[in-house]
Amino acid sequence: MPSGRKLILCLAILGGLHFVIAGAGFFSPYDPTAQNRDWPYAPPMRLHWFDAAGHFHLRPFFYPLQLQEGAFNEYRQDTTHPVALSFFVTGARYRLLGIFPLRVHLFGAGDTPIFLLGSDSYGRDLFSRMLFGGQISLLAGLLATGLALSFGLLIGSLAAYLGGWRDETLMRLAELFLALPWLYLLFAIRAFLPLAVSPLQAFLLIVILIGTVGWARPARLIRSVVLSSKERDYVRAARGFGASGSYLLRRHILPETWSVVLTQAAILVPQYVLAEVTLSFLGLGVPEPVPSWGNLLSSLQQYSVLTSYWWMYLPSLAMVPFFVGYLVLASALQERAQGPKI
Amino acid sequence: MGLAFLSALFLLAICLCDGSSISQAKQSASDISGTSTKEELFTLPGEVGRPGGRLVVALRAEPKTLNPLIAGDAPSRQVIGLMQSDLIHINRATQLTEPAIAKSWTVSKDGLEYVLKLRQGLRFSDGQPVDADDVLFSFQLYLDENVHAPQRDLLIVGGKPITVRKLDSHTIAFGLAKPYGAAERLFDGLAVLPKHLLEDPYKQGKLDQSWTLASAGSQIAGLGPFRLKEYVAGQRLVLERNPYYWKADGKGTRLPYLNELVFLFVPNADAEVIRFQSGETDVIGISKVGADNFSALARQPRGITMTDAGPGLEYNFLFFNLNELGGKASPDLARKQKWFKDVSFRRAVSLAVDRAAIVRLVYQGRGTPIWGPVTPGNHRWLNEALPHPPRSLDGARDLLRSSGFDWKKGQDGDPLLVDSSGAPVEFSIVVSSSNAERTKMAALIQDDLKQLGMRVQVVPLEFRSLLDRVTQSKEYDACVLGLVSFDADPNSDINVWLSSGSSHFWNLGQAKPSTPWEAEIDQLMELQLDSRTFDQRKHLYDRIQVIINDNQPFIFLASPDILTGAKNAVGNFHPAVLEPYVLWNAEQLFLRNTSESTPR
Repeated sequence: MPSGRKLILCLAILGGLHFVIAGAGFFSPYDPTAQNRDWPYAPPMRLHWFDAAGHFHLRPFFYPLQLQEGAFNEYRQDTTHPVALSFFVTGARYRLLGIFPLRVHLFGAGDTPIFLLGSDSYGRDLFSRMLFGGQISLLAGLLATGLALSFGLLIGSLAAYLGGWRDETLMRLAELFLALPWLYLLFAIRAFLPLAVSPLQAFLLIVILIGTVGWARPARLIRSVVLSSKERDYVRAARGFGASGSYLLRRHILPETWSVVLTQAAILVPQYVLAEVTLSFLGLGVPEPVPSWGNLLSSLQQYSVLTSYWWMYLPSLAMVPFFVGYLVLASALQERAQGPKI
Repeated sequence: MGLAFLSALFLLAICLCDGSSISQAKQSASDISGTSTKEELFTLPGEVGRPGGRLVVALRAEPKTLNPLIAGDAPSRQVIGLMQSDLIHINRATQLTEPAIAKSWTVSKDGLEYVLKLRQGLRFSDGQPVDADDVLFSFQLYLDENVHAPQRDLLIVGGKPITVRKLDSHTIAFGLAKPYGAAERLFDGLAVLPKHLLEDPYKQGKLDQSWTLASAGSQIAGLGPFRLKEYVAGQRLVLERNPYYWKADGKGTRLPYLNELVFLFVPNADAEVIRFQSGETDVIGISKVGADNFSALARQPRGITMTDAGPGLEYNFLFFNLNELGGKASPDLARKQKWFKDVSFRRAVSLAVDRAAIVRLVYQGRGTPIWGPVTPGNHRWLNEALPHPPRSLDGARDLLRSSGFDWKKGQDGDPLLVDSSGAPVEFSIVVSSSNAERTKMAALIQDDLKQLGMRVQVVPLEFRSLLDRVTQSKEYDACVLGLVSFDADPNSDINVWLSSGSSHFWNLGQAKPSTPWEAEIDQLMELQLDSRTFDQRKHLYDRIQVIINDNQPFIFLASPDILTGAKNAVGNFHPAVLEPYVLWNAEQLFLRNTSESTPR
């Protein structure tokens, strides 16, 4: 596939995925923190188009679950009362993109709970939690990447352009940051913070920490690009004509780094999403009941969950298309930057 | 881990026992050894088993020592409990005292002197005979301040250490400064130690270095059913049958049945479950088994039977920071404490908590909602008349409104509770991060209180830093914690309820009771200590339960059942709700000769 088309396809798929996550409030049927205490660990419900008699229904339907008498989490399907899915229903309040207050949801089923991906130990809808969790995890990854790249760009180009002892100092600092055991650093920093941090504070903290810890690698890369480009003939020529340092950086040197920065971004986003997932998995992320992908997976630390409720793994699968998308994007960007292979 | 630590704390608690009737348990003396010394064996009722075999159990941490004079951690106490015996024992099934090394005892009329008669002809596990000198020596060690035995606190009655006198080679008299009818509960867990092995280390001041895990089996002796065979650091501890043990079964066969008892060291509860599932261990439940693991095991019945032994003595509760911090409190906490110290606020929280949901979602139904510190597992002391108000959000709202709280519309349109000065009611609940059950309870409470308009955050903390916050720095708003009474007697929890007690978590370190009702509890506790009959004590303790219920220093949540399991091949498996839940009758456990018992 030509790299141009591959790039566009890749961007389209990623865009679609992000669109769904950004509109989590609309696409999910429930509030992600709402507990349905009568439905703990409900298994995923299948949507049907054909009923028992083989007739096709345009509106998909599902069979509601019923708790087995005396059991805690054993359900059976009530096949006698199929419930049809309703679309564009009014439900729990949410804010689309964090701004517009809305109550309309893509689908719902009235009073009968529909758990497309099952429910967790509090009876919270895993599908809704997965979509909302994606908002936190992806946004954290994107913001942290932006932060790390800004720092990297600034420090890397400064180091290369200034050279001498300043270059040395900055690069040794970068190596120091690479060598830091950042996970333990995070534990230590968390211990110094006040006891209760709000979800927003915790989120910003994660973004800032991942971003500031991660600047070193892009900085070294950008430095090398700047180093080589500042010795190019046209740059020397411009300098000979009396161009100022900032003009050279802006006009000739930094544009050379764009492709590196973009490729780095595509590589770093999944890495930092994973960093957020790791932190939340260990309980250092946004606090419950706010979902994030890491929070969703943290219940898998319990052996009984691991063996009894397979649908609790599903959030980990949700990450796969995002990560693959970003990595393919990175390689497409790289191909484009290097030009067609011979 | 949390529970283990707390129950260890509890062992250190001063336990004073009072008077009630003296049990003259049935016993029979029989002479089966055929040797010249007449041995007075204790015959146990129950199924007659088959001698031989080895039983494997998992231990969640390595014991730190085999020395009863130092042991404070749960694994050490569990192992030592099988190697040593006490004079008078609390039967874990009946929860009553029964004779052990002492075959009988009498009490003087004034209740100040106990005279204990020892069994004749008993021998330590190394074959050396037992007499009153060993008992005298043991209590000398427990009471010696330089030894720092954790048992010492237990033996201070009425402010004075008990006195011990030898009357003859098999008779011992114990003197108390104040009368306590059935002080016999005190003797449970106090091992009779061999003088011939420990006298030299004691004289040299080296007691704390003796009976370590590295000691050879021949250096350690006791009167328990098992003795040390082998210890492999990081892997296992093996106990072997004590051939001189003093109990026999109905047919006169000397107990224990098992040849060996193996403790495998596993890192955590999940590893324990996996070992049991794979058939590597025979019994599970020596440490608490969670309901989720229990039902996962119950679903895979491959030659195992899972047993729900019913409600235990663990009570979980939410409490607020009611400490008198004076100027030390941050302005933020001082503001919140105004709500916390309002009893209507605490009652409203209690009314709003959905205990049924906690039992169902946290314990999968294998637990009981509670409204007081005495769980249904402790049926003798439970105050049945205690009110059990059903969950009522409206009732909670009424209470809050009458106390000056009000609601305003929050950002998202949800009602927000505000206090009389208009400040929103927000606080955090700290909870041990390693305890999934309590973390879950806190999350449920968070959601319950959200419906009252309170904004609550759950903060999982590592258990030690949680304890540090609660007991040292006192920088917290509220906390979910649990305690396990080590005995089904009110005195095991005395440190929680006395205003000066070391576990009086909501307001620690009081020089004098800070509220009238805490003063009343102090007074009633003192009274019940001095009372000699069960009825009197029960009456007083019922009143204490009512006061606690009225004032809600703890908002009681739920109590889990004791969940255990064993291979079908294990005979005489009768789990109890008192610790040690499954190995309390280890001497009677045996392996049936069935296909299940063959190694997989």
